Amino acid sequence: MKLRYERPYLKKMNVGVMNKFGSRSDFQPVKFIDGVSVKSLTDKYGSPVFVLSERQIRKNYQSAVRSFNTRYPKVQFAWSYKTNYINAVCNVFHQEGSWAEVVSGFEYHKAIGNGVAGNHIIFNGPEKKEADLKLAIENDSLIHIDHFEELYKLIDICEALNKKPRVAIRVNMDTGIYPLWDRFGFNYENGQAWNAILKIVGLGKMQLVGLHCHIGTFMLSTSAYAIATSKLCDLAMKCKNQLQNPIEYLDLGGGFPSTNTLKGSYLPGVDTVPPIDDFAEAITTTILGYGFQQNELPMLILETGRALIDDAGYLLGSVIANKQLSDGRRATILNFGVNLLFTSFWYDHHISPAQDFTHYTEETILYGPMCMNIDVIRESINLPLLSPGDLVVVHKVGAYNMTQWMQFISTRPAVVLIDETGQTHEIRQAETLKYMEIPESVPVHLQHKK
Amino acid sequence: MKIKKNIATSENGFIFNPSTGDSFSSNPIGAEILLFMKSGKTSLEIKEIILENYEVEPAQLERDWEDWLLQLKDANLLDL
Ligand SMILES: Cc1ncc(COP(=O)(O)O)c(C=O)c1O
Repeated sequence: MKLRYERPYLKKMNVGVMNKFGSRSDFQPVKFIDGVSVKSLTDKYGSPVFVLSERQIRKNYQSAVRSFNTRYPKVQFAWSYKTNYINAVCNVFHQEGSWAEVVSGFEYHKAIGNGVAGNHIIFNGPEKKEADLKLAIENDSLIHIDHFEELYKLIDICEALNKKPRVAIRVNMDTGIYPLWDRFGFNYENGQAWNAILKIVGLGKMQLVGLHCHIGTFMLSTSAYAIATSKLCDLAMKCKNQLQNPIEYLDLGGGFPSTNTLKGSYLPGVDTVPPIDDFAEAITTTILGYGFQQNELPMLILETGRALIDDAGYLLGSVIANKQLSDGRRATILNFGVNLLFTSFWYDHHISPAQDFTHYTEETILYGPMCMNIDVIRESINLPLLSPGDLVVVHKVGAYNMTQWMQFISTRPAVVLIDETGQTHEIRQAETLKYMEIPESVPVHLQHKK
Repeated sequence: MKIKKNIATSENGFIFNPSTGDSFSSNPIGAEILLFMKSGKTSLEIKEIILENYEVEPAQLERDWEDWLLQLKDANLLDL
């Protein structure tokens, strides 16, 4: 029997550091995801490949719902489509009872295609086309108005259709978190939000049923939500008392952090991120303490995205090559880059090898295969020695990557869902050249002669 | 390609360069190769031994060998 090979490796020791290779006992190869071997996944579906755990998605959802409905009587989640709008994923959320939150006609049609009832679709976003608005009105969807332009456009459409849609306004506000997301919606502090409310209620062409805000994403402050909630409550109270227009729901948007580690943060996300329970506590105690009568408590809507799916997603990929850079630093080239892992611009993603290794580690830069300088997955990571062909698992990639991925110099890989019984399902095929060229056409004078 | 004469190496992979004061550590296969290099074996001979004893393709070893020499050079351990 020959010995297991590992490439020879040398590491400079710093004076005063006793431990030869730093303490890296936290390294474990990740060979299985929900009981399915990583190797079998890449053998079957190719490398790279995205993998989602249905079990984890459901677990996250149920636990988030529990955080809220153990504290408040009327809670409704609406799945933020942009976070991950692969239909199978959306339908896991819909099966669990989630409504849909969409921000474009494209997403709106996806939600309808997934069988979501029109009155369970929340239509957000600054760009809603006239045809989409008309459809949303016909379907009795909840339209969240973003700006005055849209408000006037809706008034015109209402007159033409002779319908009275159910609407909310998006409110932006100072919650003590900077920069303010004041480019979306109507501002609270300068009275713009109240003006919009006066206009809607005064004209009587629409039913003002809700108030919405989305104060940011990956928010680490629970008190920001308490502030946002109290400002929405203030508007809701004024609607009821001054305009005799009670508000049916408050939509606090998304923004809860996942347990990823933000770039530049000293401690890993798992140690620094408040649990959803803390956000739920801040929001619900604010509403409950605001003085609504029990039978007038507004429904609480949440559009939580990343916190519900980030840790249910994995990206499996392979090592292409190792290199030494001109300044002596080590580099590893992987077969996926920022084209597939958009979130590596924000996060220091945790990455594990998928096979056994010794306790020797090296500090390396992880590059993707794109021919561009910004294609860096990790600027510096301590990893066991990897060899070409080795598999790696990138953790917590379920949010935004499968919607913001770029099709650049190659096609996008398959997405696989592992169901609760451990069966794998290809929920999005790997793209092909043929697929990519379907929308193209070459004018006759540019066609090559066969 | 020779290791500098005054470099101290140990079987468990500890390497010390007395002229610079730098110390290094290597994984077991690196330590083994260093000892061979110090004993005066040629690159060819060492690679043959590795191929005989370890589960590795010649092409892979060839690439890693280049990389290994770069590491040694970088660490100032080679007699150039
Ligand atoms: C209006 C709205 N709701 C919900 C979300 C989901 O946010 P998150 O993933 O931070 O929970 C977003 C994300 O940008 C959003 O813009």
